[in-house]
Amino acid sequence: MRSHLLTLLAFSVLVSTVFATLLRDEPKERLRFGLYAVGAFVLSTLLLGWLMNPFPS
Amino acid sequence: MSDSQVRARPADAARVLPACIFAWLLPGAGHLYLGRRGKGLIFLGAIGALFLLGVAMDSRLQLYLGFEDPLALLFSLAQMAMGAPYFAARALGFEAGKVTSVTYEYGNTFTAVAGLLNILVILDALDTARGYKG
Repeated sequence: MRSHLLTLLAFSVLVSTVFATLLRDEPKERLRFGLYAVGAFVLSTLLLGWLMNPFPS
Repeated sequence: MSDSQVRARPADAARVLPACIFAWLLPGAGHLYLGRRGKGLIFLGAIGALFLLGVAMDSRLQLYLGFEDPLALLFSLAQMAMGAPYFAARALGFEAGKVTSVTYEYGNTFTAVAGLLNILVILDALDTARGYKG
């Protein structure tokens, strides 16, 4: 898997699934929390990536 | 019956240790042992997928138990928390990984995080066996 974005999405979905299952009992609550967690992972990663953009590699 | 319909049960002291051992040996197996089929299958699928993707992305699975490199020790411990899949992957020849692979670091991250998440799952199995959780 050579796409950074796909790797990010896969990691976010899988980790969020585990956290949602650990922290919520009702299926609807799990789904809502899981989607929230995926969004947080993806948005924070993109934000951090752009914040690091000005710095040299 | 969903997991939420299973109320917290009385603690069963005899099942606590086996539940934790099963949970370590295979992600989700502790919950399956305790009758939490939904949770067990979700953990098995998600953590298993994380680990398999990590191995597919050329992760290193070298066992390091010394104290000269603390970070390497922590990394090895994190991966070992995966249980049997970790040792099976090593036995199948995936020990060295491929440091020149463009996905090497991602692979390492995936396998280590899979192990760390399994530690949380083991603790959840412990709480469930003790009757603290439903």
